[in-house]
Amino acid sequence: MVEETLRPARGSVGQLVRNFVRKRDFYAGGLVILFGLVMALKGPAYHLGTLMHMGPGFLPTALGIVLIFLGILIAGSALGVPEGEDEDLLPEHPEWWGWACILAGPLGFILFGSYFGLIPGTFACVFISALGDRTATLRGAAILAAVVTVFGVALFSYLLQIPMPLLAWRGL
Amino acid sequence: MIETALTDLWYGFGVAVQPHNIMWCFIGVLVGNMVGVLPGLGPLATISILLPLTFGIKPVGAILMLAGVMYGAQYGGAICSILLNLPCHPPHAVTCLDGFPMTKQGRGGVALGLTVMGSFVGASWGITEMIFLSPVLVVIALEFGPAEICSLMLLGLLAGSTLARGSPIKGVAMTVLGLMLGIVGTDLETGAERFTFGMTHLDDGIELVALALGLFGLAEFMNSVNQVSQVNTKYTNVRLRDMRPSKADIKQAIAPMFRGTLVGSLCALIPGTGPTIASFVAYATEKKISRHPEKFGTGLIEGVIAPEASTHSSVQGDFIPTMSLGIPGDAVMALLLGALMIQGIVPGPQLIKEHPDIFWGLVASFWIGNIMLVLLNVPLIGIWVKLLTIPYKYLYPSALFFVCIGVYAANNDMFQVGETIVIGILGYVLLRLGFHPAPILLGFVLGPRFEENFRRAMLISRGDILVFIERPISAVFIGLCVLLIVLQIYVRLRGPKNVIPAPAALESAE
Repeated sequence: MVEETLRPARGSVGQLVRNFVRKRDFYAGGLVILFGLVMALKGPAYHLGTLMHMGPGFLPTALGIVLIFLGILIAGSALGVPEGEDEDLLPEHPEWWGWACILAGPLGFILFGSYFGLIPGTFACVFISALGDRTATLRGAAILAAVVTVFGVALFSYLLQIPMPLLAWRGL
Repeated sequence: MIETALTDLWYGFGVAVQPHNIMWCFIGVLVGNMVGVLPGLGPLATISILLPLTFGIKPVGAILMLAGVMYGAQYGGAICSILLNLPCHPPHAVTCLDGFPMTKQGRGGVALGLTVMGSFVGASWGITEMIFLSPVLVVIALEFGPAEICSLMLLGLLAGSTLARGSPIKGVAMTVLGLMLGIVGTDLETGAERFTFGMTHLDDGIELVALALGLFGLAEFMNSVNQVSQVNTKYTNVRLRDMRPSKADIKQAIAPMFRGTLVGSLCALIPGTGPTIASFVAYATEKKISRHPEKFGTGLIEGVIAPEASTHSSVQGDFIPTMSLGIPGDAVMALLLGALMIQGIVPGPQLIKEHPDIFWGLVASFWIGNIMLVLLNVPLIGIWVKLLTIPYKYLYPSALFFVCIGVYAANNDMFQVGETIVIGILGYVLLRLGFHPAPILLGFVLGPRFEENFRRAMLISRGDILVFIERPISAVFIGLCVLLIVLQIYVRLRGPKNVIPAPAALESAE
């Protein structure tokens, strides 16, 4: 007990800092502070005004300051709580491929949809994102994409009349 | 008072039974019932996808359908919990504790039958509450000036973000982030463009559908890809005649059912405490007053019917502040309010007077919808259970397509699909950092109205910030805000006390 309190201050501070930056809440607080900073610094540029005649920059600046304060509280609470079990930022099994496919699917919808129309857009979206599953095969993904395309076109284009060309050629 | 309410209700039934309104209500509860069973696709994502498709129909039909999805999903969620031990929707997580043991004893059908009964009673009570309480609230709320509206919104936002699950500070941070996202775009009063970063596509602000589907669609898929295991459908053969409870069962269920209903309706009155908290409180109450609390968790009827009745009574009750004051209690209500705003209807106390067809039509459709659900639920359980065997690897790519086309259809703008991707990444990062993204939606929907009223209040008081505590009603709301914060700090300092062992999967389920 006595020995612990007598330990060299530098070492314990270093230990503290190292523990601190491992905490998930440290990053959570940091992210909130970052959002707050963007608002608080950009807000005044929109003209603050006075309390009576508030300008468009008033509320953003005020909210930004509140966010910075909350961020400090969140990061600070990481100091107080004992080591949690799950402090990793990434999940146990990071699914980089799955995530990439899920994000690439809508991207495919945007690209193929705007250049070639609804049918290629739908197919690309479902096909690409279906590949994100670990057990997916090219053939399985293609069949699923085809089924969803037929169903989707019937529902959205014919029944609900979404104004998007089925097939188009806008050049590249 | 009662007489006018009944006349209005009669008028509401006239609106709700118009053939096309009945149709929209039916589609809503059917879709809701289905997604309630499907794990990984909650009512939030479903309502967001359907939202753009309702632009073409009249506001009454649109809101009947979207609300139908909301309470329809509650009926479906119970099936998931009781038959599969899957708490796919947080309000029904606690039902697993006694529902699944009943299924294992071969009494799953009885549990489902009683649940349907309890749900209907709970919902009916919630609707009755709405009929008589909303007009009273409106009379009070019509006296509100900008200062009162502002403090009331503050209370709603604070309650919505701190009483939900997770760290209260993080919840508040998410609400403020939501307010910030609501600010993006052209300032209505001065025309200044804020946080658009030079992108003209953002002039009209961030699209509500894109935000909701980014947070509750994309981020959710990223969270569950390759994580969802095949469900165990061993116990799911439930026949119709298994569902009829015996007289003894009903006798055992009646008292807990009414207690659960009461708990739910009380929870609905406190802003921010939605169905999830209501169901937990109801379960805890049953356990506390029971003569044999040790038997809970082994398949007791009380442990199933009390939380379910409470959930439904609270779900219907949640509509009270949303429709009569324009203050949503949780993310789903915020989304429904957003749907009304897109249709050009200003939420707030004047809504009942200006659009009686929407308010009373909605109330009447709740009853019609709930009766439909009772009738539907029984024969459809078999089909829903079959749906559960669809592997996630087919489900999420198809859902992604619905997300894309839903966001596109909102404004026929591909840029907004891009918005969804960016918000989805942000949402997943926030999830990993231990934030719950639901309060973002609350702040986003209330943000512009909060700013408008805050400005007006300041203009009227000539820049005197003390106006919020000088006006009595406003002071009460501010006082409640302070009380809420003090209570949170007090609970924090005393250390968390877990009354109920939450199923492990609950933490990740939303």
